[in-house]
Amino acid sequence: MTSKPNVRQVGVDLQDSEDSRALVEAIEEDNPDVNLIRMPGLVKMQIPGQLVIRRETVEQRMGREWETHEFQMNIVSYSGNISEWDDDQIVIKWEH
Amino acid sequence: MAKAKLSMRERYRLLTRDLDWEPTYVDPKKVYPYTRYEGIKIHDWDAWDDPFRLTIDSYCKYQAEKDKKLYAVIDGFAQGQGHLSLTDARYVNSLKLFLQGVTPLEYQAHRHFGYLARHLDGPGARFAALCQSIDELRHTQTEIHTISQYNKYYGGLHNWSRMHDRVWYLSVPKSFFDDGLSAGPFEFLTAISFSFEYFLTNLLFVPFMSGASFNGDLATMTFGFSAQSDESRHMTLGLEVLKFMLEQDEDNVPIIQDWVDKWFWRGYRLLGLVAAMMDYMLPRKIMSWKEAFELYLEQQMLEGLFPDLEYYGIRPPRHVEQAITEKEYMSHQVYWILYQFSFAASFNTTVPTDEELDWMSGAYPETFDRFYRPLWERARRLEEEGNRFFFRGLPMLCQTCQIPMGFSEPGDPSTLSIRTSQFRGERFNFCSDGCKWIFDREPEKYVQAWLPVHQIYQGNCGGTTIPEVLNWYGIQDGVDNGEYLTSPDKANWDKWHTGAVVGGA
Repeated sequence: MTSKPNVRQVGVDLQDSEDSRALVEAIEEDNPDVNLIRMPGLVKMQIPGQLVIRRETVEQRMGREWETHEFQMNIVSYSGNISEWDDDQIVIKWEH
Repeated sequence: MAKAKLSMRERYRLLTRDLDWEPTYVDPKKVYPYTRYEGIKIHDWDAWDDPFRLTIDSYCKYQAEKDKKLYAVIDGFAQGQGHLSLTDARYVNSLKLFLQGVTPLEYQAHRHFGYLARHLDGPGARFAALCQSIDELRHTQTEIHTISQYNKYYGGLHNWSRMHDRVWYLSVPKSFFDDGLSAGPFEFLTAISFSFEYFLTNLLFVPFMSGASFNGDLATMTFGFSAQSDESRHMTLGLEVLKFMLEQDEDNVPIIQDWVDKWFWRGYRLLGLVAAMMDYMLPRKIMSWKEAFELYLEQQMLEGLFPDLEYYGIRPPRHVEQAITEKEYMSHQVYWILYQFSFAASFNTTVPTDEELDWMSGAYPETFDRFYRPLWERARRLEEEGNRFFFRGLPMLCQTCQIPMGFSEPGDPSTLSIRTSQFRGERFNFCSDGCKWIFDREPEKYVQAWLPVHQIYQGNCGGTTIPEVLNWYGIQDGVDNGEYLTSPDKANWDKWHTGAVVGGA
């Protein structure tokens, strides 16, 4: 683990639901390198480095207002560290 | 409604800082008396930050929405005879284990986070603990409500709370949590918030919920994901609290390292029950324990998290390499223990089907055909001859994790592992180096363990015969326990699925 061969992964697991569909699309749009795995009931999204969820993109996809706190309704789990969570975006990345 | 809204950051600051005050006529040490004796030094509680920036209004709004969604599903489940849509009645055994083993822990967590919501010095930390306390109560209630749907049709679910306090395999989760509750507040946070909620939670909940989804259990899947959405907040608290303690004072580092070491192994041993559930109790498998361990523990934690913690001088947990070695066989060893002692359990066990044995050969190519397939084939032969194998007698338990001593030497599945320590002239037994190390750090604590087997021999469990003990456990002999193939659950399931026309009353 000392050699640090590649950029560490971060990710989120979302419920595989109608509500999450627009979110998944928004995350894919803002994070083109994201790798998507479907498990029973779950959509697992992983990416090297960092993952961003932007309010504007989500609102465009949903066609309605969306506040970042609402992300709690869809999230099942995540890996990494929530480095930012404000009115406009959520950023997940390792700090060090 | 045109009034300008405060930003999330500002609302959170007003709630968690502005509403707080410094006590002046009472010594702060008397207001918060429990946050010093563990040796953790905190200089500035204001440095505490909660990335979720939750406020009361948004907390209540979203929690209410989550509950509404869940209860709509539970209604639909009951009205649509959802219990008939499972892959197989055998699946319900994993729910029995969950309700008996995990739900009471949620309630204990509710109580203890309520205590922390009063006793931590910093208002941000207190508010996070308050939200978690309410969450944990919600989880307790929603789990009971959801799984009670099955109690109408299946055995083993009627007496889970009393069982949690008394039954041998449930002393494993109970003693784990009691160990945390009886530690100081900072050790509890490291144990439960960091080690359990951040480090290990994905291994517990995600396979459980995906397993429910894959096995047609809509109700459990929904409560699981509903609870899990809170869990991501708890994970954040866990990581935040660890970093906060590490950043406050360098003297905290060795104390925390010890706790990380201890609680990794404590949690990992507890997850042995999850490993058995994943590989054996789900009729349709989502992934093997080994795959889950590689994904969630090795990839996400050891390769993701620990390089981050290295920055603070924290290294990966002691004994983690033994857990990595055990991924090749741990689930088989635990389920074999459950299989042979299930005459005294409130769930049923059985030999895996041929398809399952083949699946395991594929999932565990290094160990399964060599060590465990022959065991199961022999058990099946005995069962077919009307001689279902149960272990006669009571097992020796590990003094620390309280699991019967059925684990092998690391990397050598054919040799039983036994470690011992002497303390005050007595000998104590352990299943592993990890459990022995934990005991040796705090022997005064672990000599007090309530070991179910010792308690039976001392006459504290309703009597000395099996029927007396089962009665004291609240297990109905022949209904809740033993072999699945001859159980009422199986007979009912077959009756419900014969396709016969039934009508009227």
